[in-house]
Amino acid sequence: MSNPNTTRRKVLIGMTAAVGAAGIPFAATPFISAWNPSAKAKALGAAVKVDVSKIQPGQKIQVSWRKQPVFVIRHTAKSLESLGQVVAKLDDPESLNIEEPYRGINNTRSKSNEFSVLAGVCTHLGCSPKYYPEMESKPWDSSWSGGFFCPCHGSMFDLVGRVYKGVPAPTNLKVPPHFFEGTILTIGEDEGVA
Amino acid sequence: MSSMFLKVFDWVNHRLPIVNTFERHLSKHPVPKKVNFWYLFGALASVVLIIQIVSGIWLMMPYENTEEGAFASVEFIMRDVDYGWVIRYMHTTGASMFFAVVYLHMFRGLLYGSYQRPRELVWIFGMTIYLVMMAEGFLGYVLPYGQMSYWGAQVIISLFGAIPYIGESLEVWVRGDYYISGATISRFFALHVVALPLILIALVFMHLVALHEVGAGNPEGIDIEKHVDEDGVPLDSVPFFPYKVLNALVGIGVFMIVFSIIMFFFPEMGGYFLEKANFEEANPLSTPEHIAPVWYYSPYYAMLRAVPDKLGGLIVMAGAIAILFVVPWLDRSKVASIRYKGIFSKIALVLFATSFITLGYLGTVPVTESRKLMSVIGTVIYFGFFFLMPFYTSLEKTSVPPERL
Repeated sequence: MSNPNTTRRKVLIGMTAAVGAAGIPFAATPFISAWNPSAKAKALGAAVKVDVSKIQPGQKIQVSWRKQPVFVIRHTAKSLESLGQVVAKLDDPESLNIEEPYRGINNTRSKSNEFSVLAGVCTHLGCSPKYYPEMESKPWDSSWSGGFFCPCHGSMFDLVGRVYKGVPAPTNLKVPPHFFEGTILTIGEDEGVA
Repeated sequence: MSSMFLKVFDWVNHRLPIVNTFERHLSKHPVPKKVNFWYLFGALASVVLIIQIVSGIWLMMPYENTEEGAFASVEFIMRDVDYGWVIRYMHTTGASMFFAVVYLHMFRGLLYGSYQRPRELVWIFGMTIYLVMMAEGFLGYVLPYGQMSYWGAQVIISLFGAIPYIGESLEVWVRGDYYISGATISRFFALHVVALPLILIALVFMHLVALHEVGAGNPEGIDIEKHVDEDGVPLDSVPFFPYKVLNALVGIGVFMIVFSIIMFFFPEMGGYFLEKANFEEANPLSTPEHIAPVWYYSPYYAMLRAVPDKLGGLIVMAGAIAILFVVPWLDRSKVASIRYKGIFSKIALVLFATSFITLGYLGTVPVTESRKLMSVIGTVIYFGFFFLMPFYTSLEKTSVPPERL
């Protein structure tokens, strides 16, 4: 015996299911959003300010932002000149493989023509590379022209954090958002963008 | 007195199917009369599951799931809680032993074709258990917030970053912070002690229900239900209780001795069960010299490192686990057991086991040029075993298994 209401029932079941399914994203929203960084984590991850006037030319300081090291380097005129000479050794001298926030402004990769601001985290597995500014023969490179060397897996970067060819790190060191107000450097946000 | 007891029992039994369930799943559940020691590891896995649940509940009591307190509370358990060290080493030894017996249990499946028709779902539930166990183990390893907890989690979570477009925001979402912080620990704690164990227990239940529906396999890989007595009970079977239960108790006794020797005398197992770097508190600003996973993940870590591309490595690693799920449909052999399969299947299984163990070793040591090459070869053999399975199992000459067990 066929049921004359079969079509009607199918439509009603379908509509009920559709309304129920539409509710799923709404019900899921609080559960998914609760995993985002909390207001406290965001506040602790806010921008940090540092006075760069005390940094001597050639010196590097380490600033902690979001519990990750950030390197601020004041370059000497000589080291800035040398940046063009290492290009042949570099994998990605123009930083085309990563999102470069301040491309084509300064050859320091930062917003300043004297300071570099780099995330001090190796792009390989997250170690912190060491700073060797001297231009001299090193155990890992006989014609070292200054830069960063990662002790974990031997990745090499030049003075502005550009990665060498043939090392495990896939990309250049990242440049965190930052801006200068006189001698005060703010790391963690761009001017006008909070 | 006894008639009183019988009355109460009868009353309950009319409302809860005690006798029925006991008969259906134990005293009248037929299992093959002849199996070998390979058929013990399923029982051992359930024993370890119980050990993990009990020791885990006791560890939860003094453990503190905060960034400041986690590491110190583990040291507190080790030094200040009476017998806390036994409970913690029971849990860490249990984790490694869980994987050890499950790997042997899975190998038994490959050896005797336990996944073949009609046991495909038993295999799939089992593989899902393995997958959840791996997540469970990873989450648990992060909780002490030692150096290896931190940096191991850093490497694993950064794998999400390899996913195009959403990768980096996904990393922040998983951590709930910009680094592996207290927020990460407390959510991992909730998942490790509530969410995943619930899923795990449900899956174990499904694994057993599906197994009892189709019946246990045997090393000959033959169907014992072809020859039954007048009551429909297979001639080559014995009731699960008491025969197999008492039988398993001997194996469980031996296993407990091995377990105790490790727990009391070698809980760190030379750095394979508990890594040295994890006896130092997590420090986001200093990476340990060498990051290695615990031994039960190391074959997959070796595969990850064998691929020069970050996303490619992730795909290979996920694929290595995913492919295990479809084994029931890759094996086209007429016979189930390795005893009656042809020479190609035997060679393939030996190569596979060798490559898995070799990859396991390679995943725990620092990478060099020659080791990288070996990892690549091992990965190719691992996948070759599965990809070529439809061909070598259907083309080779098999022998005829006996009619009866």
